[in-house]
Amino acid sequence: MKTNDVILQTVTKFTLFVIILFSIHLFFAGHYYPGGGFIGGLMTSGAIVLLLLAFDIKTVKMILPFDYIKVVAVGLLIAIGTGAGALFFNMPFLTHAYTYVYLPLLGKTSLHTAVLFDTGVFLVVIGVTMTIIQTIGESE
Amino acid sequence: MTEMEIVKFFAGLFILLGAFLSLVTAFGLIRLPDVYTRNHAASKSATMGVMLVLLGTFLYFWLIEHHFNSRLLLGVVFIFLTSPVAGHLIARAAYNSGVKLSDRTVQDDLAKARKKLEAEGHSK
Repeated sequence: MKTNDVILQTVTKFTLFVIILFSIHLFFAGHYYPGGGFIGGLMTSGAIVLLLLAFDIKTVKMILPFDYIKVVAVGLLIAIGTGAGALFFNMPFLTHAYTYVYLPLLGKTSLHTAVLFDTGVFLVVIGVTMTIIQTIGESE
Repeated sequence: MTEMEIVKFFAGLFILLGAFLSLVTAFGLIRLPDVYTRNHAASKSATMGVMLVLLGTFLYFWLIEHHFNSRLLLGVVFIFLTSPVAGHLIARAAYNSGVKLSDRTVQDDLAKARKKLEAEGHSK
């Protein structure tokens, strides 16, 4: 009997945006509230896994054409780059800097280089999780 | 101070109602005869119970602690959307893998419709 996944697929299309938005919120709230790159990345890959459950693996590869091993590499490069950036200013490795900036819409915002390091963690977590899941899913 | 009392009363009422509905769910899971009726109990009253608990918590933090927590509202919307769909998928998976209906079932329209489709040669 051929099954029809229209309810699952329709709900997935809506909830995907809620999950991705919440993961971005967790990622950016990490400095002042519970959250950060790790659970933000895990929740984003959870959203992609939901997409994999509702649709098939080919459709998801068409929607998100990433090589997840390269995502891991880029994340590690970003993390090392933020650490090595401190060396140019005669500071020890992984010294971070911050400043307060007045952005046009957001008002007084503190920009911190730790966010860049967190971006690296975020990308590594997404890349590793999706590599594991897609490798297991593809093997027959 | 009286409005504080009223807000606390309603927050407590919502949380207690939610906890009561979760208890009803648990009794439904124990008492009901087959997968489909149990699924009916679990996906309806548990959804409402969790939503009421979240709503009570939201009201308490908003009106007593003056902290508008939009994550709780998002949680209410998310539970409302996903929990019935999860119930639907579990029930469908159970039916497709051939779980028997309760002895007291009088009518099974889906089986009839599937038999008709197979007779017309539409299957697969």
